[in-house]
Amino acid sequence: MSATATPRYEGKARLAHYFDTRAQQYDSHKLGMWLFLVTEVLMFGGLFCAYAIYRANHPEIFLYAHTLLDKNLGAINTVVLLFSSFTMAWSVRAAMLGQRRLLAGLLAITLLCGFAFLGIKGVEYNHKWQHGLLWGDRFDYAALQEHGAGAGAAAAGGAGAEGQAVMSELDRAAEVTVAHGHEPAAIPRNVHIFFGIYFVMTGLHGIHVIAGMVVIGWLLRRAVRSDFGSRNYTAVDLGGLYWHLVDLIWIFLFPLLYLIH
Amino acid sequence: MTTIPTTADRPIHAAEPHHGGNYLNHAAGFRSWLFTLDHKRIGVMYLAAILFSFLLGGIFALLVRTELLTPGRTIMTAEDYNRLFTLHGAVMTFLFIIPGIPAALGNFVLPLMLGAKDVALPRLNLASFHIYVVGALLSVAAILLGGVDTGWTFYTPYSTSTGGPVILVTLGVFVLGFSSIFTGINFIVTIHKMRPAGMGWFRMPLMLWALYATAIIQVLATPVLAITLLLLIAERALGIGIFDPALGGDPILFQHFFWFYSHPAVYIMILPAMGVISELVSIHSRKTIFGYKAIAYSSIAIAIFSFLVWGHHMFVSGQSELAVVIFSALTFSVSIPSAVKVFNWLSTMYKGSIKLETPMVYALAFIVLFGIGGLTGLFLATLATDVHLHDTYFVVAHFHYTMVGGVMIAFLAGLYHWWPKLFGRLFSQRWGNVGAVLVFIGFNLTFFAQFVMGAKGMPRRYFNYPPEFEIYHQISTAGSYLLAVGLFVAAGVLVHSLLAGRHAPANPWGGATLEWQAASPPIHHNFDGPLVLTDPYDFSGLVWNDAEQGYDRRDRDKETANP
Repeated sequence: MSATATPRYEGKARLAHYFDTRAQQYDSHKLGMWLFLVTEVLMFGGLFCAYAIYRANHPEIFLYAHTLLDKNLGAINTVVLLFSSFTMAWSVRAAMLGQRRLLAGLLAITLLCGFAFLGIKGVEYNHKWQHGLLWGDRFDYAALQEHGAGAGAAAAGGAGAEGQAVMSELDRAAEVTVAHGHEPAAIPRNVHIFFGIYFVMTGLHGIHVIAGMVVIGWLLRRAVRSDFGSRNYTAVDLGGLYWHLVDLIWIFLFPLLYLIH
Repeated sequence: MTTIPTTADRPIHAAEPHHGGNYLNHAAGFRSWLFTLDHKRIGVMYLAAILFSFLLGGIFALLVRTELLTPGRTIMTAEDYNRLFTLHGAVMTFLFIIPGIPAALGNFVLPLMLGAKDVALPRLNLASFHIYVVGALLSVAAILLGGVDTGWTFYTPYSTSTGGPVILVTLGVFVLGFSSIFTGINFIVTIHKMRPAGMGWFRMPLMLWALYATAIIQVLATPVLAITLLLLIAERALGIGIFDPALGGDPILFQHFFWFYSHPAVYIMILPAMGVISELVSIHSRKTIFGYKAIAYSSIAIAIFSFLVWGHHMFVSGQSELAVVIFSALTFSVSIPSAVKVFNWLSTMYKGSIKLETPMVYALAFIVLFGIGGLTGLFLATLATDVHLHDTYFVVAHFHYTMVGGVMIAFLAGLYHWWPKLFGRLFSQRWGNVGAVLVFIGFNLTFFAQFVMGAKGMPRRYFNYPPEFEIYHQISTAGSYLLAVGLFVAAGVLVHSLLAGRHAPANPWGGATLEWQAASPPIHHNFDGPLVLTDPYDFSGLVWNDAEQGYDRRDRDKETANP
């Protein structure tokens, strides 16, 4: 049972003295992780609740402001995270089957996807920062007035058909607020509320992505050391559950923030 | 009756007094405590930290009461008074009452009651304690930096515009939330996965049902507080605008979020207290608990209802009338499972052989005080009376009757009850009872006067007041001094027992739950013999053993021989 008696590559989990069986130990750890995920869902639940309340009370803000986000970058990030969830799920399988090289490779790809996500998110944040599309007091209405709908179209990164779609959405946004469509006056009041919610939600999600990457980095280090095997994959399994949750939250954030009709 | 084999290398009589090692002297040195994974040691460390917080919060309370002795300035300025009642509330709520029973007593007895060697996730358990200490230090740092004057509820927009280290305090509370969540996760997993063979859900001690219901609330409600506090911090640090009316935000949303956690949180406080009382009433009446299933289910019912009533804190905040009526009706429904418990405790005592041992004296005080606290809650749940009583001392008195008269008294009851198990020493019952009576009288003087002045219209949290309220404030303050004397007597009894108390037998009260089959204090791995698992409230097999000065299991040898 001791670490020296069992070669590390055997990949056998130590049975803690307070458990009777390995199954009991594995089930306990897994239940603990699921409960932790429940707390995460409820924590984000508070934000989704705030989102729902403000969107119900001020639909015009959301209809207008979402056009200032870059749908393409959001979509790319969605694909990146979905792909990383796939490699994560595969790496759990690899750990269970004792495929150590494959496991390390898949974890490395998952980690790279995490970096890619943060990089793309950084580009988006940078763009918002430069255009003063920020929260609360920091929101630069003067800049938005100046660039008007153009800023929105540019932010959506679209030309051609994409730009057309954005413009038509802007029309609809304007109809909700003021009768005069494309005038700068079409900017509804309190657009910064949307960006307050946007930055809190994506920011908290970003922190979770970073936390997940730290976990995956730790798993990768242990995978390279050949810690895991068919009888010791709990850590990979639980890390995977966490990563899937981080992915799942983004799956909700993307349509709610970027794809409003 | 079943026996649970434990993996003992020396199959000796579990109830035999231990003269050898126990968990307290198993390892020595500061680090052996600070980094222990032993649930018993973590429980003891929690106990020390919680009692220190209780002392701190109690000193703040006495200062607040002293200031209110006369109208206008008595010993401090109005600003200092605002800071002191805020700190009293925050320290007592987040550092004492919430973790009090689950983290200190619960940590100690939960695995013992399951006949287990430890909780399922000991590292998480230790992390919970370390996080608690960090959160407490953040809060104390805020006190040293001048304190905050928002009240423990941190209502916006005042909390986002006032001065002082509000971010530090809210960060402290945020961190403490993680500590609470980790304890909750641990208890749920332990109860699900570590029950011994033969202990089905309905053969668990009721304390475990109560801790389970508490843990569910901790896991489901605390994250909402976390996000609320994060938003508050973001509001203050960045001006995010979600709660700030000047930026189009909604301050009432903060109240909804805050009470979505903080109302269930009062059940995080009271449910384990009810669990303690369920154990004590049965054991010290030497009679099987009446209505086991009703008490077990009522814990779960309270946990569910607790999530549906937060709006009753906001009847005058401008909520819609429909919402107000629904919240009022739901609030009344919480009284049903609470009353079920009280009726069952009374029925358990009926024709029982009640022994006025110190834990039982506290348990009786609990039933009286919780009865008053619960019934006065109905006035506040009634819309018409609440408009009058809202934000008066009536609310303060109601809250303190349930939280101090309820939770603190139950905490003391549980502390006295398990004290012989915790430290292996008996205490003076006579002086313990003297302390309990002083606490009971002092408490009633303090807070009954507050019911009266609240009904007459004295608002809560006010520094100054008209002279006609002076007599009530003076009775209340005098009562608080008596309460403090009673608590010091109670503490003195325990300190004396540590220094000079007689050695405790394994089972001083005659309890049938498994923790009484461990030595007092338990060995490092809790049990070293096969355990006899009976119904947790079947006292028929326990007989007084004069040589041990404790109870012994009559049928034990026979049962162990022929399992």
